[in-house]
Amino acid sequence: MAVAFFYLFSTIIIASAFMVIVARNPVHSVLFLILAFVNGAGLFLLAGAEFLAMILIIVYVGAVAVLFLFVVMMLDVDFAELKQGFQKYLPVGAAVGIVVLAELGFVALGWQSAPSAHDAAAAPIVAGITNTAALGRVLYTKYFVFFQASALVLLTAMIGAIVLTLRHRPSIKRQNIAEQNARTRQNVIDIKKVPSRAGI
Amino acid sequence: MIDGWLPPLLIIAVKSLVLLVALLVFIAYVILADRKIWAAVMLRRGPNVVGPWGLLQLFADFIKFVLKEPVIPDMTNKGVFLLAPFVMATLSLAAWAVIPLADGWAIANINVGVLFIFALSSLGVYGIIMGGWASNSKYPFLSALRSAAQMVSYEVSIGFVFITVLLCAGSLDLTDIVRAQDTQYGVLGWYWLRLAPMFVVFFVSALAETNRPPFDLVEAESELVAGFMVEYSATPYLLFMLSEYVAIITMCALLTILFFGGWLPPVNIAPLTLVPGVVWFVLKVSFFFFFFAMAKAMVPRYRYDQLMRLGWKVFLPLSLAMVVLVAAVLQFRGASALAN
Repeated sequence: MAVAFFYLFSTIIIASAFMVIVARNPVHSVLFLILAFVNGAGLFLLAGAEFLAMILIIVYVGAVAVLFLFVVMMLDVDFAELKQGFQKYLPVGAAVGIVVLAELGFVALGWQSAPSAHDAAAAPIVAGITNTAALGRVLYTKYFVFFQASALVLLTAMIGAIVLTLRHRPSIKRQNIAEQNARTRQNVIDIKKVPSRAGI
Repeated sequence: MIDGWLPPLLIIAVKSLVLLVALLVFIAYVILADRKIWAAVMLRRGPNVVGPWGLLQLFADFIKFVLKEPVIPDMTNKGVFLLAPFVMATLSLAAWAVIPLADGWAIANINVGVLFIFALSSLGVYGIIMGGWASNSKYPFLSALRSAAQMVSYEVSIGFVFITVLLCAGSLDLTDIVRAQDTQYGVLGWYWLRLAPMFVVFFVSALAETNRPPFDLVEAESELVAGFMVEYSATPYLLFMLSEYVAIITMCALLTILFFGGWLPPVNIAPLTLVPGVVWFVLKVSFFFFFFAMAKAMVPRYRYDQLMRLGWKVFLPLSLAMVVLVAAVLQFRGASALAN
């Protein structure tokens, strides 16, 4: 069963990764990318890493890919113009592709795992602990500093993005909810007794 | 080999089928209840023609939807257009695989149940974006963008609410979360009292996450006609509407499990403990749905910037502060501190 599912997920991942590149419509590309992510989560599940599988879906599919999709949907793509440059860019693209493929080949052929990695791989998860708890224990004790540092990097990136795009426009009238709630009948409404035929 | 995995697979299939049928019949009456409650608040009668007291109204609606001609507008992206409602319906129904209706009554009792539901609800936004984009029309597209932004915003505070509950229960397993609420105090021992601010935040976020009034900006009729599903008709539209209600019931079930003791009776005394757990569960889910329906009937719609302000400037800091507070209490006073 597990083997059958492994081949099913892997086949779908490879096929959809291929479709990401060849799909004409960029939105279709992103949707195929999402399909690849979801099947990747399936592979994590088969490997018994259910926490990683769920986080992959929540973070990559639920957040990152949504932003991708937003950006791509907003693009005003002219398909005729896209095709025009194809002949011109083909040699450059092919050269880059061949170099990357060759490098990947060298890496794959010359693969050697460090001796220390063997011990780490063999270490069994302590019985009676879910892998969520196991990950949490390592992340918040041994690798605490790295974990916090990576969070700080993300925070910096977020602040940077906000600072770069924030524009104060004084001409816009904004709603101040606290001010609005603080209004009372006494200081807003002024009741006047208007005499008949005389006015104020 | 075949004897090994086929029988369990068949049992799971039968269980899923029974759950699906029960869920869909329940949903039919939930929609009827929604319309009846809404009507009662407005001093109308509501649906009362089909069957006694209108009890068969939803089945008539169902037949009408299915028999209509599905119109696929020209210039739409047909594949994505038809895929969107199926994605939406599948995702919303899939969440019920892990929800325990009673002790041990979950189809898949996985130990990351909360994360699974959170993952599925974060995927739900794709149905809306795909539907809105593939319609190739202005109103659905604008509405899909609104809705996606709204759902992504409120998912953040829902995530933090989950974390406070997980900290108290010490488990990601929905069954364990309910068991952790089984104390001698009965209804007072459930998390709604201990985590009262989070209970309110979760209820309001659930309204926003499921695009229910007062946060139904997606289908603000005066501005956007009928939201991202304007171009849909017949069965695809039915699937959208169905999955919306399934998502609402899922949220009610989550409220029940996380804050209202799941299948536990309110007081641990003899006649109440004899009632099967699933009855309590359904009663509690219906109870929360009543509040969803009342909110729809009574509360005026939020403006879009007010919605975003509430999500990012009120709920996010509040829930973040609660996570820190709950974690601190648990750390310094021990896990038993919250029990009283």
